[in-house]
Amino acid sequence: MTREVLNVRCLLCPLPVIRTQDKVKQLQPGDQLEVICTDPGVMQDIPAWCRINGHKVLETNSADHEYVVVLEVGGLDKGLTSHG
Amino acid sequence: MNHPRKAIALISGGLDSMLAAKTVMEQGVHVEGINFFTGFCVEGHTHAIREKDKSKAKRNNALWVAEQLGIKLHIVDVIEEYKKVLINPKHGYGANMNPCLDCKIFMVNKAKQWISENDFDFIITGEVIGQRPMSQRKWTMPIIAEQSGADDRLLRPLCAKNLAPTLPEREGWVDREKLHSITGRSRKPQMAMAKQFGLNDYAQPAGGCCFLTDKFYSAKLVDLWKARQSKDYELDDVMLLKVGRHIRPKPHFKLIIAREEGEGRFMQGYKRDYINMVCTSHTGPFVLLDGTPSAEDLYLAASITARYGQGRHAEQVDMMITEKDGSERTIQVKPLAGEKLPEEWVI
Repeated sequence: MTREVLNVRCLLCPLPVIRTQDKVKQLQPGDQLEVICTDPGVMQDIPAWCRINGHKVLETNSADHEYVVVLEVGGLDKGLTSHG
Repeated sequence: MNHPRKAIALISGGLDSMLAAKTVMEQGVHVEGINFFTGFCVEGHTHAIREKDKSKAKRNNALWVAEQLGIKLHIVDVIEEYKKVLINPKHGYGANMNPCLDCKIFMVNKAKQWISENDFDFIITGEVIGQRPMSQRKWTMPIIAEQSGADDRLLRPLCAKNLAPTLPEREGWVDREKLHSITGRSRKPQMAMAKQFGLNDYAQPAGGCCFLTDKFYSAKLVDLWKARQSKDYELDDVMLLKVGRHIRPKPHFKLIIAREEGEGRFMQGYKRDYINMVCTSHTGPFVLLDGTPSAEDLYLAASITARYGQGRHAEQVDMMITEKDGSERTIQVKPLAGEKLPEEWVI
């Protein structure tokens, strides 16, 4: 298990989500990613993105106009699915 | 045994694409969503940086729609590729700088590439004939299908019955009879359908989903291109067009003046890329200077900046100027007098 940090300060959503999505593709299930942002929208968007793609939010916090989301990469195909 | 068919739905975050995806999901097709970020999407949280908009929901509607539908959403950065669409649209612009028809062709083409790479069968859009003056007309529907390369793998569930049957319909992947025949600008059929699906909350963006449909934003973009004598742009340029008050006193430079603390905080992220200034003797806005102002121009910029601060009626204010290399100096200026700035300066 590795823990990496993604700095997406000064980017506005959805770019922090896109950068998170791209970074997660390079990680393995169980790895952790700490995303550091300045757009408060990430507090809603990254957890939403995690829920629909099967990743787990471990922690969110904010201080001094910075917002941090820590997530754990889920297994493949753990996200929502519309199979009828 | 038939394998389950898979479709990718273009999800904008609005109601139509949500209903289109839902209509196909109801038929047992596996649906995932795709959303393209051009840099001009209103879905971005630009409004969240303004203090006055803090009460507005900060959710990204495309993500929210995907979650409501219970589908995955793939958000794709197309900022670089989108430049050629905006700079030279084959089908021209709409009322403002919106190249809607070219944009739709581009996005469907990107979706077509995506389904080829990911072994999906067809594409869903929320288009409705007659809904939008440029891109959603009866005559534009075949153009989009043909020029995107999607051809008959492009299904528009909300108006499919008004169009020729597509591959998913002919092959029986979806039942054409369960698709719809909506036309025109009325939202009533969509609202009724939403109610039927039990969807009570959905976004209704009044100005569409793109900043390029906004006349004030478009004016700033045209001004930028004119000043640089080039239609090229970077993401930072288009982001900064969304914030601040833009004033161009001379062709070779403009001021971007923060209208409030939230904007000022956001603009401070660009301190290393632009000369910037702030009043140190009185409370005042943070300002970025775009272009190549001379030393004399800096005095003019400082006097303009001063009129937006608490020192606007002072005889003289101190203005700290920071160069891109971080070096600082303070100059004294008299705030620009007069009731109004020359109209032609305000972009």
